[in-house]
This record gives sequence, structure tokens and C-alpha cells, in this order.
Amino acid sequence: MNAISFIPLLLALTLSPLLLGVINRTKAFFAGRHGQPLLQTYFDLWKLLQKGAVYSRTTTWLFRAGPMIGLAAALTATLLMPLGKCPASLAFPADFLLFAGLLGLMRFFTVVAALDTGSSFEGMGASREVFFSALTEPALFVALATLVRETGQLSLSTMFGQVSNAHWLHSGPALGLVVLALMIVLLAENSRIPVDDPNTHLELTMIHEVMVLDHGGPDLAFIFYSAALKLWLLSALVVGIVLPGTGDPRLNLLLAVGAVFGVAVIVGVIESVMARLRLMIVPQLLVGAGALAATAFLLALKLN
Amino acid sequence: MKAAAPNALHNGEPVQLGDIPVPTITDFRERVLQACEGGSRIAALFGQPAADGNTRLFAVMASDVKGQLALWSAMVPDHYPALTPSCAQAQGFERELAEQWGVHPDGHPWLKPVRYHHSYREGHDAWGRSAKSPIQPGVTDFFAMGGDEVHEVAVGPVHAGIIEPGHFRFQCHGEQVYHLEIALGYQHRGVERALVGGPNKRTIPFMETLAGDTTVGHTLAYCEAVEALAGVDAPARAQALRAIALELERLANHTGDLGALADDVGYLPTASYCGRIRGDFLNLTALLCGNRFGRGLIRPGGALFDLEPARQSQMVERLAQARQDVTSAVELLWNSSSVRSRFENAGPVSRETALELGLVGLAARASGIERDVRAQFPSGLYRFAQIPVSSYHSGTVFARAYVRWMEIQRSLAFISDQLQALPHGPVRAEIGPLAPQHLVVSLTEGWRGEICHVATTDATGRFAHYKVVDPSFHNWMGLTLALRNQQISDFPLCNKSFNLSYCGHDL
Repeated sequence: MNAISFIPLLLALTLSPLLLGVINRTKAFFAGRHGQPLLQTYFDLWKLLQKGAVYSRTTTWLFRAGPMIGLAAALTATLLMPLGKCPASLAFPADFLLFAGLLGLMRFFTVVAALDTGSSFEGMGASREVFFSALTEPALFVALATLVRETGQLSLSTMFGQVSNAHWLHSGPALGLVVLALMIVLLAENSRIPVDDPNTHLELTMIHEVMVLDHGGPDLAFIFYSAALKLWLLSALVVGIVLPGTGDPRLNLLLAVGAVFGVAVIVGVIESVMARLRLMIVPQLLVGAGALAATAFLLALKLN
Repeated sequence: MKAAAPNALHNGEPVQLGDIPVPTITDFRERVLQACEGGSRIAALFGQPAADGNTRLFAVMASDVKGQLALWSAMVPDHYPALTPSCAQAQGFERELAEQWGVHPDGHPWLKPVRYHHSYREGHDAWGRSAKSPIQPGVTDFFAMGGDEVHEVAVGPVHAGIIEPGHFRFQCHGEQVYHLEIALGYQHRGVERALVGGPNKRTIPFMETLAGDTTVGHTLAYCEAVEALAGVDAPARAQALRAIALELERLANHTGDLGALADDVGYLPTASYCGRIRGDFLNLTALLCGNRFGRGLIRPGGALFDLEPARQSQMVERLAQARQDVTSAVELLWNSSSVRSRFENAGPVSRETALELGLVGLAARASGIERDVRAQFPSGLYRFAQIPVSSYHSGTVFARAYVRWMEIQRSLAFISDQLQALPHGPVRAEIGPLAPQHLVVSLTEGWRGEICHVATTDATGRFAHYKVVDPSFHNWMGLTLALRNQQISDFPLCNKSFNLSYCGHDL
């Protein structure tokens, strides 16, 4: 581990809230509006951190633990994510299992905290979240397994360090399918349209947002920040495959950061040009992502 | 069928109270049920206190086929056999009757308060509550399902959005809704009671705020009732201006609703554009009278504002621009498959159900019923200038959205036509005293549907009783049934497709 390997971590910590600003400005552009400031998420986080929190008497320690454990899990996962051929702060064989596990842990505690409120809305949101994540997780794992097979590496850092133009030339279809599957996972995991609508005020239709309705103040800031980190991590995952890298490490990093924001713009465009899916159709999309990943895996087996 | 029954009347035709036959309650029931079976619907059913301490029932039956109203009346003591078991559309009216006058409809399957207030007839309460016991809105029995796997979701009366208060109870199995029950009454202000003794200075403000988004519709219904009772016709030019205002109100609300429907499915472009274009239509109303909602425009005898040539040409210009904008914004909606897949098959109300519930307005037309006051019971300008009835067969969210779009197009064409050929002359006529001991039924087609006002005058020509039936009063039950076996996550979308009024219902 050297000083360079902290760069992806620092970039994620500082720039991830900006991603939401980019998505919102993209959507505003399509809607013909000026839109909120790019830095709005930072302002929101700062505002929330100044506030106190109100806790319902029906909740227990689980409700307070949820946002903290969620943030801790997101931060730990950030340690594992490389960017632009620059290795992550923490890398060891099969660390991608830990990465997926940390995302799962984060979700588990969000769900448990939501159930702890005893609210019927939050219960519905929790049920939807668990159902949908049960479908996205296999897609994520199979997509990562395909990369393992393609690169012959077991760590995220070395895996993404290895992906090159040669891989795309040799097994482009497999990698393309992986990217597609991961994009769907990204949209679902970050509760974006067409799976969820982060801007709605309608509790009955929400998935992720409804689970955090009872959180406020610093707890909500933790949740927002973890969500921003999660969006960054999954974007970095997609970018790591798409960008094969150049010889220049600085250019690599610059391109990667640009590409992460490019993913945010794509998310914004998707949200602007299509409506949200009916809730009962969402599983079809997610199973579709799993099928894409599985096809990619089969291709990778065949091609190598 | 007798050709000229003494109880047949037209929209805006005053009848002497003494001329209305008063059969026994048994005959009354039979006639109302027969009329329902014969294809008529209940436009209004209400009670009025009689001198002997009993209650006098009035039923206004509307026959869409004949374009004619029938009025039946009967005296009832404290209870009578309910109409609802044989005629479902009476359910809300009979609950209202029980609540207001303590008249118990025996055999009503789900007799619950409508607005949660004390009986107007002291000592008579359909539920045997004392006049001193406090009544909390929404505190009542709700339909409940049992079992380990069912769950109940309660929403409101305080909502996440900026909307009116109402309480919704869902009985669900997973995501599927088995039953939705709606409790309203949080906005009950006692408008009908406050109107008794009018018309006075407070009457017009009450009318203009009966339902804030239907200012023109309700004020027009009221003014036409007063004009009928006074035997005065509004000048032709005023009638044209009022019709233009009514259509502008329809345009603004329909456009806003299409935007809101787009917003509910997360389709951004139409949501944003329609929000703005709704403002453009509201501003056209403001151009007419200085108020975006049309307050201060319509008065008994005509209108308070005229449209001089300069503003008239400005309106033509701005209307053309708004037409262009709304067309491109709404076409985005129909051309987007993801939107259509959300709208189609969501919240269906069959034609049979709609007929049975007596739905009115665009909700009825979206279920394939040709029901439009402007075509079947025309008053004012609509007697001379027709608007085709826009209907669609499927009864789903898509149908309700698409009917809105057809009506937008037809209203735009209608306003353009009227602006080109505005009659000349004054815009206001003098109103004399109202005919004493008369009753008049006044119907207008507000943007939601049929607005029914029934006014009766006393011996001095003052309102002895004033009944308001907002289209929402008929249609809330339609929303309930639209949700059966639907996904609970589709409720906001179904709700928005009806977009019913809480304060118009609660009065």
C-alpha cells in the first residue's frame, strides 16, 4: 500500500455528493428548468449535520444503528474500490466478495431500521427493497465472476488494473453484457428511475426513500452520504470495465473521474426520457440483468 | 311514459314548490327505483326540513337520453327503507341524509357519516348520538380483513404532498389492494347551511370557494339558478364570456392533471412543461377578469368584466401559443411507451360499474358513457354552440388521461370559435327579486363533471334551502372501486387520474 492508493478513496469521499448534483442538473436541462445548484447535496449534508434528531418512542437501538452501520459499510466498501488503474487502499484476493457483502450489510441495516419504526409504509418499502435486492445481487455476483474469469484476477484492484483493449477485442460481447447488467444493477441499487423514483413524495410508490422517512438530522445526512458513496462505487465499477486505460497514470485517473460523471449524466438522461416501471414489472428487469450477466459468464467460459 | 308529467323539468327551469307532487314514501321509492332502472341517474337526493318536524325528500333524476330532469318528492318520518340496496348510486346521498337530518335509511349496507357533524334536526340522530357528544372526523368503523398475511395501510389525513386532507385505508395482501375505504369530511365548513337566507353579500364568495379549482363552474351554476328564479336571462355576450371562462378553467385543470399524471410515473418533460402551460391558461383567465381562478368574473345577471378588442386579440394570440405548447408537451406523453405501459390497464372502472355508481364527468366518459351536461342539459351559450362529447371505452388511467386530452383540444377549438364571433351588447342585466316558493335545478359541466345546484326559496324569495352536489360526491366511490385488485403502488396514479375535490365533497 502506498500514498497513491489513497487517491481513489479521497476522490470518492469528496466528489460523490457532486454526482447527485450532476444527475439533477441533467434532468433539469431536459425539463427546461434551471435546476438546483450543483453543490446542493453538500449544502443539504451540511444543513442536516447541524440539526438534532427526533426519535420515535417505538424505535430501539436498531433504528439509530442503521444509518451509522450503513455509513461504516459504505466507507469500508470505498476502501476496496480502485479507480482509473489506480489500485484501491485495500486489496486482497476475493475482496469483491467483501465489497458485495458490505453493500448487503448496508441494506440489511437500512431495512432493519425501517422495520423498527413499525410504520406500514416503511414495512412495505423494506419488503420491496429486500425482494428487489435478492434479484440484483445474483446479477452483481455473476457480473463480477465474469470479470474474474476474463482477467484471471481475484481482487477488484488487480482485476480492473488488468482490463485492457485486448480484453475488449477478444471478448467484447461478454464485457458489453457485463456493463449492461451492471448499469441495471446501478439503477436499481441507487433507487433511480426506472426502478424507483428518488424525487417522488408519494409514500405508497417509494422503495428506498420510504425506508428513511423517519430518519432526520445527522442520521439522514449519514444516509444521504452513504447513498452518494454507493452511487460513486457502482459508477466506478462500470467505469473500471469501460475504460481500458492509457499508459499515463494521471490521464487514467482524470479520464476515470470524467467517466464516473459521464455515468451520472447517463443516469440523468435515462430518468428524463422514460417513466418509472410499474412496480410488479421491476423484477423482470432485474432478472433480465441477471440473465445478461449469466450470458456474459457463459461467453467468458467459452472464449477463454 | 307520460309526455308532460308535472314533475318533469329542464336544467334551469323554475317550478313552484306547491306544484311538485308529494306521493307517499313507498311511491317515491318506487318511482326513483323505476327511473334508475330506466336509465336515469340520481343527480341529487336531499332532505329539507318540513313544518311538521318531518323531513321532505327531494330526488332529482337525470335522464341523459332525453336530456330531461325529473323531480320527485316525499315526506319521511325518522326512517324509511333505503334505496341503496337496489340502487347503489344512492349510497352517498342516503348517508348524507342520515347525517344531516337524522333520517335512518333502513337496510343501508354501510351507513357511515359523510362529513362528521351533528344532525341539523335537533334530537334526531341516525346513530343515536347526543347533541353534546363531540364528533371527530374520520373516527368511525372501517371495513377490515382478517388473516396473517393481510395488512392494513392507513394514509392521511395529513399527506406528504400539498393536497387536501382525506383518510385512506387500504386492505392489502402484499402489494395487492383488496379494498380501499375513504373517509372525508375534514374540510366541512357548513356551506349549505350558511347559504340559507341568501342571496346576500356572502353568497358569491362562498360559491367562488366551494372548490377552489372549480370557481367558474360553481359560480356559473349558482348564477344560472338565481337568474332562473328571477326570470332574467344573462345577455348573450355575458353568456359567451362565461362559457369561455368555463372552458379556460377546464383547460387549466386538464393540462395540470396531465402534467401531474406524468409526474406520478416519473416522466419529467411533460410534468414540467404542463405545469407551466397550466399557468398560461390560468393567466388567460386573469386576462379576462384579473384573477387567475376567475373570481370576480361571474355574477347573477351576467359578468363583471367585458373583453374589449385589444384584449380579445391578445387572448387569441396567447391561446394559439398555448395550444402549440400543450400539443407538443402532451404528445410526448403518448409517444413514450414507458408512460403508456403505466397508464394502460391501471385502475379500470367498467362501464357497468360506472353506470351503477352514477359516475359523472370525465370519469364517466372515460368508462365509455356519453354523459356531458354541455351536450345533454345545455344552458347558457351551450344551447347554441355545441361541444362534442369526448369519451373513451377502457375506463383506465389511460382513458381518463386521454379524455382530458380530447377535451383540451375541443375546448381550445370552442374558445377560438367564440372569440371570433363574440355577440355584441351589454354584459350584465339587472336582477330583480327571486320568485318566492320556487325550486330550481341548475346543472353545469365543470371540468370534473356535473355540478348540480338546487335552490328553493321561501315566501319572501330568500333561499329556504340550497343544495350543492359537486361531481366529486358521485365519483369518490369510483376511485374506491378502481383500486380493487390493483397494486397499492399505483394508488397515487389512479387517484390523480380522478383528481377529485375534497372541499367540494365536504362543503
